[in-house]
Amino acid sequence: MSLFLEKNSYYKDFELSFKERLINMSWSFFALICLVIFIGLTLLYSITGGIDSWTQRQLIHFAVGCVVFFAIALSNLRFWMKYAYVIYALTLGMLVVVYVRGALHMGAQRWIDLKIVQIQPSELMKIALVLALARYFHSSSDEDVKRNTHLIIPLILMGLPVSLILLQPDLGTALMLVFVTVAIFWLIGVQWWKFGIGALIGIVSAFVGWQYFLHDYQKDRVLTFLNPERDPLGVGYHIMQSKITLGSGGVFGKGFMQGTQSHLNFIPEKHTDFIFTVLAEEFGLVGAGFLLLLYMIIIFYGIRMSLKSCNFFGKILGLGLTVNFALYVFINISMVMGVMPVVGIPLPLVSYGGTAMLVLMAGFGLIENVHINEEMVIGRLGVDEE
Amino acid sequence: MSWEAAGVKEIKKRAYILAMAMFFFSLFLFFRMFFLQVIDAEKYQTLAERNRIGLRQIAPARGLIFDRNGLPLAQNRKTFRAILTAENTEGSVSAVLEKFKKLVPLEEEEVERILKDVKKRRSFVPVRVKEDLTFEQMASLQLNMPELPGISIEESLMRVYPEKETSAHVIGYVSFLTEDDLKKNESLQNLPDARIGRTGIESFFEQELAGVPGTRRMEINAVGREVRELERQEAIAGEDLYLSLDARLQKIGFDAMKDESGSAILMDVRTGEILMLVSTPSFDPNIFNYPIDSKTWKSLNGNDRRPMVNKSISEHYSPGSTFKIVVALAGLDAGTIKPSTKIDCEGRLFVGDHPFHCWRRKGHGALNLIEALQHSCDIYFYEVARKVGVDKIVETADRLGFGKKTGIESQNEKSGLLPSKAWKSAQFGDGWRLGDTMNLGIGQGFLNSTPMQMVQMMAWVANGGYAVKPTLLKQDPDKVNSESLGFSRHYLLEILEGLKAVVNKSGGTAYHTRFDVNGQYMGGKTASTQIRRISLAEREKGLKQQHELAWKDRDHAFFVGYAPVNKPRYAIAVAVEHGGGGGMVAAPIASSIMRQVLELEIADKEAERQRIQESVSKLSLKNKPKTLYPVFTDEEKEEN
Repeated sequence: MSLFLEKNSYYKDFELSFKERLINMSWSFFALICLVIFIGLTLLYSITGGIDSWTQRQLIHFAVGCVVFFAIALSNLRFWMKYAYVIYALTLGMLVVVYVRGALHMGAQRWIDLKIVQIQPSELMKIALVLALARYFHSSSDEDVKRNTHLIIPLILMGLPVSLILLQPDLGTALMLVFVTVAIFWLIGVQWWKFGIGALIGIVSAFVGWQYFLHDYQKDRVLTFLNPERDPLGVGYHIMQSKITLGSGGVFGKGFMQGTQSHLNFIPEKHTDFIFTVLAEEFGLVGAGFLLLLYMIIIFYGIRMSLKSCNFFGKILGLGLTVNFALYVFINISMVMGVMPVVGIPLPLVSYGGTAMLVLMAGFGLIENVHINEEMVIGRLGVDEE
Repeated sequence: MSWEAAGVKEIKKRAYILAMAMFFFSLFLFFRMFFLQVIDAEKYQTLAERNRIGLRQIAPARGLIFDRNGLPLAQNRKTFRAILTAENTEGSVSAVLEKFKKLVPLEEEEVERILKDVKKRRSFVPVRVKEDLTFEQMASLQLNMPELPGISIEESLMRVYPEKETSAHVIGYVSFLTEDDLKKNESLQNLPDARIGRTGIESFFEQELAGVPGTRRMEINAVGREVRELERQEAIAGEDLYLSLDARLQKIGFDAMKDESGSAILMDVRTGEILMLVSTPSFDPNIFNYPIDSKTWKSLNGNDRRPMVNKSISEHYSPGSTFKIVVALAGLDAGTIKPSTKIDCEGRLFVGDHPFHCWRRKGHGALNLIEALQHSCDIYFYEVARKVGVDKIVETADRLGFGKKTGIESQNEKSGLLPSKAWKSAQFGDGWRLGDTMNLGIGQGFLNSTPMQMVQMMAWVANGGYAVKPTLLKQDPDKVNSESLGFSRHYLLEILEGLKAVVNKSGGTAYHTRFDVNGQYMGGKTASTQIRRISLAEREKGLKQQHELAWKDRDHAFFVGYAPVNKPRYAIAVAVEHGGGGGMVAAPIASSIMRQVLELEIADKEAERQRIQESVSKLSLKNKPKTLYPVFTDEEKEEN
C-alpha cells in the first residue's frame, strides 16, 4: 500500500490514513460480492460433482481476486487518475500485440501468456477504457460536454480498442465497450438528441457490418436468435437446450446436483457462459430470481456509492464500472433466455474463468476505492494541478 | 473552487434515469424467467425428460423346439462375435481391421460394410465385425487384444437346428429382421440382434417362441451415450414347444426320400400326431442365421425341384388312384354297390363316343370291390362313379377333408381343390358333364389335394372313421377326442381289406413291397397321375416307358398306406414328383419307412421293458430291510 500512499508528499495532507480507509470501507458491498461468488462455486461443484479441478481453480481465482480487490480498494485514487491514460495505452498496446500475433499465426488469439497468468487484454480494456474516459471527462465543463468536438477524443478512445476487438473477432466485448461509452456520454450530460443520431449511425453501421464484416458464424447466431427453430440441430440447438434447461427447472428447481440437462451435457459451455441455466434448473425460479436480486442490489449499491463521491473522476469511474457490471449481467441472462443472440459474455462472478474474475474484482476494488475516498476533492487538472 | 465539473447537477438525474432503466430491464428478465419456468415449465420439463430418457430393449431367448422324445430340433447356441467400437481404436479403424484380418479372415466386402457402418454411427456405438467366431479365432483374438484397440468380443445367441435338412421344412428357420419387418412392427426396432421365424413351426408359433422383450430405461446424455440404467424389466423367454415329430423318424424318412423330389408324412391315426414330415430336396436351415449370399439364395429358389417349398403342405396334386378309396366309400355309403358287387372290366368303357381306358389294356375281367382296389381297376371305379353320381362323391370327399385345409400348424397350407357342380359353373360357366364325374372317379381331372390331405384321409379310414385333426404338437393320448365321421365301420373294414390286398396279395399293385415285421403288415394304395395328356396317337403307338420320358414329363407317384393291418396305428403318404409309377417308386419308399417305423417301435418297447425292469430291480434293492446284525438266509444257514 505504501507504494501508492507515500510517493507524492505534496498531497499527503489530503490523504486518508490506512486505518481510516479500512474504516471507510463498505464491507457489506464486499459481502454481497462474496455471496454471488459462493453461488458460482456451488454451481461448479454441482456440475463437476465435487471439488475437482474446476472448482479448485475457481477458488484460486477468487482468492487472487480478493487480493486484487483489497489492493486496489485501499490504494490511492489519485494514482489511478494519474496513470489512467498510461493504463489505457498499455492495454491498447497489448491488444495490438494480440492482433498482430493472431494475424501472423492465422487465427483468433485473445490471450497474452505471462507465464504465471494468461491475460485477455480485451477484458482489461473494460476497465482501462472507463478509467481513460473518467480521466478525460473529469476536467470537462458543462459547455465542453455540449460541444461535439469535445467528444471526438473519447470516441477515438473507444473506437481503437473496439475495432481491434472486432477483428479478433469478439462481438460481445466490443458491444460492451460501446455500451459503456454510450452510458458514460449519457451520464455526463450529452444532449438527448445526439443519442438519437448515434442510434441512427449505429443502425447504419450495423447494416454495413452485416454486409461486410460479420463472420458467417456470427450471422448464424443472430439469425438463429431471431428464429431458434431455423436450425434446431445446429446453432439453434444451444438456444433450445438452454431454454429447456431453464424452463424445466420450474419454481423450485430439480434440487442441488439433480439437474439432468446439465449433468447429461445437453447444455453447451455449462461451466462458463450458460451457467445461469444450471442455477435455474437446479434451484428454479426462486434461485435464479435470488441471484438476479443480488445482482440488482450490487448495481444499485454501486450507483449510490459512486454518486456520493465528491470528485467527478470518481463518479464517472464508479458509474462506468457499475454499468459495465450490469452489462455483463443483462447480456448474459438475456443470452441464455433467448432474448439476445449468443455473444459469449460470461455471467459475472459466477461463470468459471480467471481473467473475468480478476477484472471484475479489480472493477469492484475501484468502486470500493471511490467509496472510501468519497470526500476527496480533486482539482480540475487532476493530480498534476498546481 | 472556481471550476465546476460538467453535469454535476445533471449527473444525478441522468444516473437515476439509467438506474430506472436497469430496474425495468431486470424486471423484464424476471418476467421472462417466470414465463419460462412457471407458465411453460411443463412443456420444457417434458422436453428435458425426452432428452434424458431412452428405452433400450433386451432380447428374450427364443423358445426351444423339441421332438416327441425330448430331442432338440431347434436350440439356441451361445456364440461369440467380434465388435468394434470406433472411439477406442486410437485413431484408425482400418488399421485395426488390417491387424484383425491377419488373425481372422475377413472378406473385402465385409471390411467395406464395417467402415460404412462406423461412419454412419456415433463413435461409441459398436459395429459388428465378425459373427460366430470359432474357438481358435477367439483364442487368437484374446491373445492379441492389446494390439487390437476397439475390438471386443460379445456373446450372442444363434439358432441351431441339429437335425439340419431332415426337418428343415417342418421346423422352418429364422433370420434377421429386414426393413419390411421393422416397418410392420416398430417395437422390434431396438433389438438389432432379433431374428424372426420365416417358415414352418418357427413362423407359425412366432408369438409363443419369440417371448417378450425386456426393457431398460436408460438415462442418456447429449451425444446419446448411456449414462446409467434407471429401470430394468427382464425379458421373458419364449415358450418351449414339444412337437409330435420323432427326430429319428425324420432321419429315416429323409434318407428314404433323399434322391427324389417329393414328400412323406407319417401320422398317428389315433391321435392325429404327425410323427414324421419330410420334404425333399431340402436345405440347411442353419445358413439363414446370417445374411446369405445371392448365389446360395438363387440355388435355393431358382431350382426346378423347389427345395424351399414344403411339398407335403404347400403343394397339391391330383391324388389319382388313392382317391378310389373315397369313391369306394361313397359307393358303399350310398348303397350303390355292395362289397360283393362285381363289375366286368374289358379294358375300356364308352361314355357316348368317348372311350375311357383302364390302365391295363386287356382288362381285369370281373372284379369285386376288394379285387378292384387290389388291382386299382379304373373301369370298376368309372362305373361306381357313374352310378353313385358326382354329388355323393363330393359329399364323401368333403367329409374326408378334401378341398379344405387340414388346419395343420403351418402358414402356407394349401387347401387343394374339390370340384363340384356349383364350383364348375362358377369357375367356367359350364355344366358338369358325365366325363367330369368319370375323371373324378379315378382321382383325376380338376381334383387336387395336398399329401397332408391324403394322409389325413388314410388315417380317418384306418382309424375306423374318426376325424382326428393332424397336428404337429405332441398330444396327450388320453385327451384326444374326435368326432365320428358317420361312416359304417363295416364298409371301412371292407376298404381296408382291399388296401391290405394291394400290398399283401399276389397281383396287388404294391405286392413287391410287402413286409412282415413280427406279424405286422402294411396296407395301402398306389397312384400314378399323368401330368401330361396322352393323345390317341401316342396310345396307338404304344406308351413310352416312364424312364424314357424327361423328368418333367414323368408321372407323379403316390402311395397312401397304413399299418399294422390288424390294428392300424400309422398312416403314411408318400408323394414323389415325376417319380413314374406309384407302385414302382412311391410304394417301396413308403414300405421301407413303415417297416423301419415298426421295427423301431419294437426296439423302443424292448428298451422300455428293460428300463422298467432295471428300475424295478433297483427299487427292490433299495427297499431291502436293513438289519442291525447279519441275517443268514436259509441256504447259508444250511451251509454253515
